[in-house]
Amino acid sequence: MSLLSLRGVRKVYGENVVLDGFDLDVDAGECVVLIGASGSGKSTLLRCVNLLETVDDGVVELAGVDITDPRVDADKVRSGIGIVFQSYNLFPHLSVLDNITLAPIRVHGVRRDVARGRALEMLERVGLADKATAKPDELSGGQQQRAAIARAMVNSPQLMLLDEVTSALDPELVGEVLDLLRELKSEGMTMLLCTHEMAFARDVADRVCFLHQGRPLEVGPPAQVLDAPHEPRTQEFLRRIRT
Amino acid sequence: MSTWTPSELQRERIAYRRARARRSTLIAVVSSVVLIALVAVGIGSTPGWPRVRATFFDFHRGWEALPIVAQGLWLNIRVMLICAVLIVIFGMTLAIMRTLRGPIFFPLRVFAAAYTDVFRGLPLLLVIFLLGFGVPALQLRGLPNQAVIWGGAALVLTYSSYVAEVFRAGIESVHPSQRAAARSLGLTYRQTLRFVVLPQAVRRVLPPLLNDFVSLQKDSGLIAVLGVIDAIRAAQLETAEDFNFTPYVVAGLLFVALTIPLTRLTDYVARRQGWYGGGGGPV
Repeated sequence: MSLLSLRGVRKVYGENVVLDGFDLDVDAGECVVLIGASGSGKSTLLRCVNLLETVDDGVVELAGVDITDPRVDADKVRSGIGIVFQSYNLFPHLSVLDNITLAPIRVHGVRRDVARGRALEMLERVGLADKATAKPDELSGGQQQRAAIARAMVNSPQLMLLDEVTSALDPELVGEVLDLLRELKSEGMTMLLCTHEMAFARDVADRVCFLHQGRPLEVGPPAQVLDAPHEPRTQEFLRRIRT
Repeated sequence: MSTWTPSELQRERIAYRRARARRSTLIAVVSSVVLIALVAVGIGSTPGWPRVRATFFDFHRGWEALPIVAQGLWLNIRVMLICAVLIVIFGMTLAIMRTLRGPIFFPLRVFAAAYTDVFRGLPLLLVIFLLGFGVPALQLRGLPNQAVIWGGAALVLTYSSYVAEVFRAGIESVHPSQRAAARSLGLTYRQTLRFVVLPQAVRRVLPPLLNDFVSLQKDSGLIAVLGVIDAIRAAQLETAEDFNFTPYVVAGLLFVALTIPLTRLTDYVARRQGWYGGGGGPV
């Protein structure tokens, strides 16, 4: 059974139908990359999975549980999902370490020293061990984004959502973040992410999903969707971003 | 799209949310009624309540005093409106003075800083006494010696310092890149301030600014100490006749009635500007 399953998900903003009966399954340990033009609903999809948006119809199931049911505890669901945003969204008033230990201490009830230990371990992994006491604005964009990934990872989420995590970075900083994501993938983390980095998508994705008009128009292994797309819309999109 | 109809599941969800909303409303109503009843019973059962009610909440006495107190309130409203206009002008001037750059403006900056330091610290009542009794006592010719004018002047002096700080916070909250963008287009310092910085700053500080004006409405009652017959003073005169304090309560109710629309306006402005966290979805 798939870890994450979306069936007929619909999301509307006023007159604008962003997701129009969206179906997608993500297996445990799988990495699915969403691609598509701006405004095709990639970010909205991720926000719906994380319950930052309420769906207007359809079902999102995480590990067999319907998390779109209004009776579920959204905070509990969210605490099992890691999300990383395009603009990092680190808390500027907290040090890097405190950013990472906030949720373990306040949400998961982890003891302060244990949380610190785990956070330091995590910082070591993302290569920021020497930045624990720094404030976010003292870090480069790439470092901030790696700290944000560490913050999302420290709760050992079942699923990671990554929303254009390299879009705000200088090209030379993109590499360090993508390396980190590759590593997560190799450790078996389930990931649903959207990106404009086609090379990265090809490298890390088990499947690529092309979004068009609120639906998954074409889903398949990167070799098929990115290199030999069937749909004319997919072909056109890929042609445009390549030039 | 018009072709879409909610699924069975979605209809059930909508119904569930509606039921939750109804339950919330019901809980709110019940808890309000219970609380009000508890307070009413609690106060009503105190031994001194009949006396307090006769002294403070005498309906007939209040009705009698209403026209006189309301007449006094009209003075409060006029003082408030005129002062508000002057306060905005002075406050803005002070704020701009304080944010001016360049060594030549040093004295202006110091003046503005000293002014706000002094008048934010001085109790309003003291300023009212100083101006209301002190200035006419100088017996200078050509100066008006009506108490209401000096009372109003005291309000303007004190509130200008508060409002100046609010404006200054707004001006400084506009990101420097906005100034850089404006200057790079060839706008002068003044034009940058007028067309780029101030419009953003004022919009941002409107809610706290309105808050200050709600406060001004009430403090306009303080000029009563100079003998001006405003709502408070009128109530005091009424009270002096028979030691029934109901006219004060009437004045209080009128002040509340006056400030509520302004408070709601503040809320509305704040909400429209997304002060209460816009775009967060259901989080």
